[in-house]
Amino acid sequence: MTATRTVTFPAGIVEAGLGTVTREIPASEPPPWPPNAELTWIGKDVPRLNGREKVTGATRYTVDIRLPGMLHARFLRSPLPSAELRKLDTSAAAALAGVRAVVVLARSGDRLRYAGQPVAAVAAVSPGVAGEALAAIDAEFRPLPFVVDMDEARAPDAPLVYDEASVPKGNPSGFPAAPGLPVVGNVRGPAVVRRGDPAQGFAAADIVVEGEYRTQVQTHSCLEPHAIVADWRADGLTVYMSTQFTSGVRQELAALFGLPLNRVRVVVDGMGGGFGSKSQLGVYGRTAVELSRLAGLPVRLALNRHEEQTDAGNRPGTSQRVRLGAKRDGTLTALAIESHGTAGVALGAGIGFFAERIYTCPNFETLQHDVFVNAGPGCAMRGPGNTPGAHGLEQAIDTLAERLGLDPLALRDRIDPSKARREERRIGAERIGWSRRHAPGADPGPVKRGLGVAQSLWMSNVQTNVACEVRVLRDGSVEALSSVQDIGTGIGTVMAQVVAEVLGLRPAEITVRIGDTEFPPGGPSYGSRTTASITPPLRTAATRVLAELGREAARMLNAAPEELEARDGRLRVKSDPARSLAFRDAAALLRTDRISAVESRADDYPGFRRRMPDAAMALEDLGGVQFAEVAVDTETGAIHVERVVAVHDCGRPMNRLLLESQVQGGVLMGVSYALLERRVMDRRTGLMVNADLEHYKLAGAHDTPEIEVVILENLQGSSATDAYGIAEPANIATAPAIANAVYNAIGVRLASLPMTPDAVLAALGKTGRS
Amino acid sequence: MTAPDMAGPGKTAITLAVNGTSRQLELEPRTTLAEALRNALGLTGTKIACDRGACSACTVWLNGQPVLSCMALAIDAAGQEITTIEGLAQGDVLHPVQEAFIEHDAMQCGFCTPGMVMSCAALLERDPHPDAAAVRDAIAGHYCRCGTYPHVVAATLAAAERKP
Repeated sequence: MTATRTVTFPAGIVEAGLGTVTREIPASEPPPWPPNAELTWIGKDVPRLNGREKVTGATRYTVDIRLPGMLHARFLRSPLPSAELRKLDTSAAAALAGVRAVVVLARSGDRLRYAGQPVAAVAAVSPGVAGEALAAIDAEFRPLPFVVDMDEARAPDAPLVYDEASVPKGNPSGFPAAPGLPVVGNVRGPAVVRRGDPAQGFAAADIVVEGEYRTQVQTHSCLEPHAIVADWRADGLTVYMSTQFTSGVRQELAALFGLPLNRVRVVVDGMGGGFGSKSQLGVYGRTAVELSRLAGLPVRLALNRHEEQTDAGNRPGTSQRVRLGAKRDGTLTALAIESHGTAGVALGAGIGFFAERIYTCPNFETLQHDVFVNAGPGCAMRGPGNTPGAHGLEQAIDTLAERLGLDPLALRDRIDPSKARREERRIGAERIGWSRRHAPGADPGPVKRGLGVAQSLWMSNVQTNVACEVRVLRDGSVEALSSVQDIGTGIGTVMAQVVAEVLGLRPAEITVRIGDTEFPPGGPSYGSRTTASITPPLRTAATRVLAELGREAARMLNAAPEELEARDGRLRVKSDPARSLAFRDAAALLRTDRISAVESRADDYPGFRRRMPDAAMALEDLGGVQFAEVAVDTETGAIHVERVVAVHDCGRPMNRLLLESQVQGGVLMGVSYALLERRVMDRRTGLMVNADLEHYKLAGAHDTPEIEVVILENLQGSSATDAYGIAEPANIATAPAIANAVYNAIGVRLASLPMTPDAVLAALGKTGRS
Repeated sequence: MTAPDMAGPGKTAITLAVNGTSRQLELEPRTTLAEALRNALGLTGTKIACDRGACSACTVWLNGQPVLSCMALAIDAAGQEITTIEGLAQGDVLHPVQEAFIEHDAMQCGFCTPGMVMSCAALLERDPHPDAAAVRDAIAGHYCRCGTYPHVVAATLAAAERKP
């Protein structure tokens, strides 16, 4: 039984009035932090500490790594969306001068299910020689019938992507692909979530609204491609990889190649974007390691842009039939959604748990289906499931509000139990000027303006299998270490803030070493969980090394250790600050060159809502409310998002400057999803026709609205830092907020993404398209 | 100095003036400037993201003008002054745009950042006091998947104010 003590935490939304909460916490945990206003570094705008390296080009990304003797690898891929591999002879390629290894990934007779599926790979002394080797591979593909369109794939006579024996049984990333669901043709499911009695709920409704909403396939489009440099040596394997999860890749490699964990090292310094697509080892990772093992030399494998667009993951497309039943006052009586989605040849094209959790409704049902098509596998992408799910439901809620004659905010006030979102609606409405909102399509001129709102919901994820170390060296220098990786969020800077706050130093005085499995396991950077997972044990570890240092300092200052505090680079007696010692002078008293503390993530103090082997969900979900103001040109069909107000919560905000960057990024990705991005598959060839960055459009500077970011300080007394994540909530509400604003502007609803000019004109009846 | 009339397909001698230093290289004529900088000279601050002139991550200066180094051949850059992200600071003193990028957090993953910095610094050379629209124009060809555009604009305007 762990010793505990009872302490009182500040609790509540600081902006709305703070109370307290009393918790029994493990005795080893540090005392509660006050609100950010009373802290030195936490919650402050500390610029990222590796900024200098990034603006001078010094940061080393995986694609920048060059090792002596390094080989270059390339894939031979299926040119057809569906084929039988009739012949694969790599002997001529293997015999070419400069080719050092060949790996075969499919055998004669194998069925290939999408254009771009890897068939073989070569490693050679240069990319040019590797290319020549690919050309020397003798491969024959027999074309088979295929289907790339989700609606066509649902037809009874559609070509089958899988037969019974080969169909995927379940998906480890699970949105919502539970194991053991029925498969009929290309359709797998439904995965059912039900509570209450939906039929009775609809019967009891005064009003029922129904709508169908569709979302497109979006690609992650990380600017740094998926890349790895694998270095297999007799004494162990070192892998440099652009990854969101160093310690997870290490585990995969150890299991796959039969190596003990202590012989596998995974390293990432600069990491050029992942957004969910770089969470696992992947075929490319395992292939590079195998090539290195065979060749006995380091192997570099970096995907090109075409490969990035076709075989590096994507956000599945969906169609969602949403039905809502409500009383006249807005109270929901029933909510039912049937969805079909496609992750290509993979599973996981659901609409998440957004509808399940966000509004109070006693009678609820979702039926979610995966539809297989002959296209590259989807995977998690920023707010997986919930981002398409919010797009459907948040438009349906607005439709219901209009039918009831209620303001969309008033309806949400009635049915949304979240205190954080209530405050976020209030603040956001004020900032955007919600009172200016007019009736749909009320602007007289050809350019019509509108205001819209939508909400976000995401889990407060925590990785419990997380550890870190804090060291104080005898010269007074300090290190913080963990295998956790900085994928662009600036977690290293936040870690320095935490240690500096505890030790009374400046963040720049803390050397943060991360992105290397030689250090304690730091958990993944996905699911918006990094800050929530790493900062509490880091604070605890820093508190422990300070206590050890304090014992030495206390002797020198003739004080008891508990009378000391660490501030402004000194250890001093709280009641008599004149009695003090510089931090580095205290460190000089240490008996050894270095002291250190390793800590792991404690459970949230009030417990978790759900517990998994290495992870958990905190009690309170993350909220977020976004408001959009748009101008729609009804003559050209162009939508201009002029302004977005994004009001969010993430527990205790650790660094508002970095949080603002992430929220802006989430909004921008949402604008891009709403208006521009779309994977286009050619029905006749089965190929992606815009597999580049010219024809696959991303939002640029001219598409960027004015973005106002507000982040609440929502204290809960839940951990040593009370901090949670923001990346995914920031993305979920944007597209539906824009869609609702477009409806408010033109009075016609665009139920499908992306909302391109031709779709606007069609909705207005200005083209032949319906 | 101009490129020879005939060269290749094998390696040919090429002299590049990079960040004020003359560098002798043996390169195939098909080598792009971006490849030459990254692979032959180890100047990996210049990034290749699309390799087709669509994203501007590879932006460097030729005679002070921003160009896409993935769309230029190294052989054609012979005889011109090439400035890369590694050559923008004066020793330890960062360019005002670099300083402002750090202060305003005009980066996240940082992969597009070197190219953004080169375009914004070039803008301040041609227009020392741009407005926000001029900054947006200057980076209109740059893709940033993390969505740093608002902070890039703010940083560049701040750098302009600071510049003597």
